[in-house]
Amino acid sequence: MNSKPLVIHGVSFSSRLFVGTGKYSSSDMMRDSIVATGSEMVTVALRRVRTGGQDDDILSKLDTKKYRLLPNTSGVRDAKEAILAAELAREALQTNWLKLEIHPDPKYLMPDPIETLIATKELVKRGFVVLPYVHADPVLCKQLEEAGAAAVMPLGAPIGSNRGLESRVFLEIIISQSCVPVVIDAGLGAPSHAAAALEMGADAVLVNTAIAAARDPVAMGEAFKKAVKAGRLGFEAGLSGAKVSASATSPLTSFLSSGTS
Amino acid sequence: MTFVSEWKKHDFSQISESIKTKKKSDVVRALSHVRTGLSLDDLAALLSIAAEPYLEEMAQLSHQLTVERFGKTMQLYAPMYLTNICANVCTYCGFSAQNKIPRKALTDSEILAEADVLKAHGFEHVLLVTGESSRYGAEYIANAMRLLRPRFSSLSMEVQPLEQKEYAYLTENGLNSVLVYQETYDPVVYPKYHLKGPKSDIEYRLETPDRLGKAGVKKIGLGALYGLSDWRAESWYIGLHLRYLEKTYWKTKYSLSFPRLRPHEGSKIEVTHFDERCLVQAACAFRLFSQELELSLSTREGIEFRNNAYRLGFTSMSAGSKTNPGGYASDMDSLEQFAIDDERSPLEVASFLKSAGYDAVWKDWDSTYDGQAPVLSIAK
Repeated sequence: MNSKPLVIHGVSFSSRLFVGTGKYSSSDMMRDSIVATGSEMVTVALRRVRTGGQDDDILSKLDTKKYRLLPNTSGVRDAKEAILAAELAREALQTNWLKLEIHPDPKYLMPDPIETLIATKELVKRGFVVLPYVHADPVLCKQLEEAGAAAVMPLGAPIGSNRGLESRVFLEIIISQSCVPVVIDAGLGAPSHAAAALEMGADAVLVNTAIAAARDPVAMGEAFKKAVKAGRLGFEAGLSGAKVSASATSPLTSFLSSGTS
Repeated sequence: MTFVSEWKKHDFSQISESIKTKKKSDVVRALSHVRTGLSLDDLAALLSIAAEPYLEEMAQLSHQLTVERFGKTMQLYAPMYLTNICANVCTYCGFSAQNKIPRKALTDSEILAEADVLKAHGFEHVLLVTGESSRYGAEYIANAMRLLRPRFSSLSMEVQPLEQKEYAYLTENGLNSVLVYQETYDPVVYPKYHLKGPKSDIEYRLETPDRLGKAGVKKIGLGALYGLSDWRAESWYIGLHLRYLEKTYWKTKYSLSFPRLRPHEGSKIEVTHFDERCLVQAACAFRLFSQELELSLSTREGIEFRNNAYRLGFTSMSAGSKTNPGGYASDMDSLEQFAIDDERSPLEVASFLKSAGYDAVWKDWDSTYDGQAPVLSIAK
């Protein structure tokens, strides 16, 4: 059974796993792992890319016919810097797609919600397809959607923490009310986390550290690929929930005359 | 984009048929999703014939969820009919243009006289009702709002569909919420009941909640007039509409009413099946579908029913209603839109609720939230 494709800004993806390019021990390892994930969207930190025309060791390993590149603004601290970085990324990588991430704090790399909303509004005006990385904040996600974000990317846990879906209760709200795809980004440390994210209705996940820092990144890439597929299939098949029992008071419907329908 | 494009993706008769195919296992699965959220498919299961043996369980859950969210409270409100003048010919309605009945539009002093009576009963939430006519449109309603706004804490209205800018204008004049029932989502049946007048345009009516959402109206009331088409499919479409609106106009609150056809002056029409048991099933299904949705229990229903159904998920009810313009104070014999079954006074209804352990809530809003100057004291 083929599950439904994901569509972001009119572009269809058959894989619901997006991956990163950082933290690999070599660029060959990066390439092989990404192939194993089956991913069709790969995020690249603009700050890692040689934009001066030289051969780039990340880009040169990626077959850009197979992957859509999603430049990210990792490293910028406010909206102003993000907009400059975005313009540079558009020119250097020939794409108007952008993973917007603004973290002024270098320790936990927490995304700045205020600057992210300001930058999203401006970047949408400038013709970017913006996928903002944010806290699992349901109101912020609706505000970003209204600002024109093509998807929202709330975090499951602090970036690189491998802690899984710590923000589950808020992610559920975001998923239930979003009109744009919800991509859970950051904190997913195991294939089971990715499966759980898809099971709960997330449209996709973005994983980097858990694959890149695994003992065997290629095998882990494949494990995530399978987990994402299984999670999505489970979601589409219709999960049964836990039985809920009412604390019965006296009968509430006995006043109705019976058997008329 | 509006709800019309969503509505067009589905076929009413196919939805009706698919609800018939729901099985016991679908109902059980739907009930297992109560805490995590029901899908539209789950709603279909709870509206189906297969759910009928589960009505008591649905009622228990509905009661429990409602008490968790709202407590044991019941909001009381009163309708105020401003005019029965109407340009539409709708075969089920007492105000239908072809009916030869005395027509009336309240003057300023008559509106204030009505307000005095409602105020004396203790009402703070008032629902303004009109027929549909260009002469008694947005400007007439805005005038009524300006008169009434200092006297009541919340003003809502159930009037003809208006333009977005008219809703925005009325909001500036103190409008809080708008009820606009689709009557029926069934495109085959709709034209049979709405023969003439602006209301015969089904798409304009379907898009009314979109215009309300865009205009920033704080609460939108949905509903279908049960008795016109298949109630199960009708209810499913309300669920579809609700989900669409909640996602699109996410700052807005939503409420739902369950009007069903009652005796009235005018042509005899065929009424599809929708008895009290169906009403309970629909109300409980919606409570399980949406825990925050406000559900309204009409005075069209009888005392016996209201005295039992109030704890099945409902959060507001009208009391002591008059459905003719001037009915409370000035003109007792202009014709009513429909017959009221529960004729108890507001105080009697409140006393009943109290005896049942429920708090009758008269005021749950303030005009300052609607951008009005604070009213710190008002002469009675």
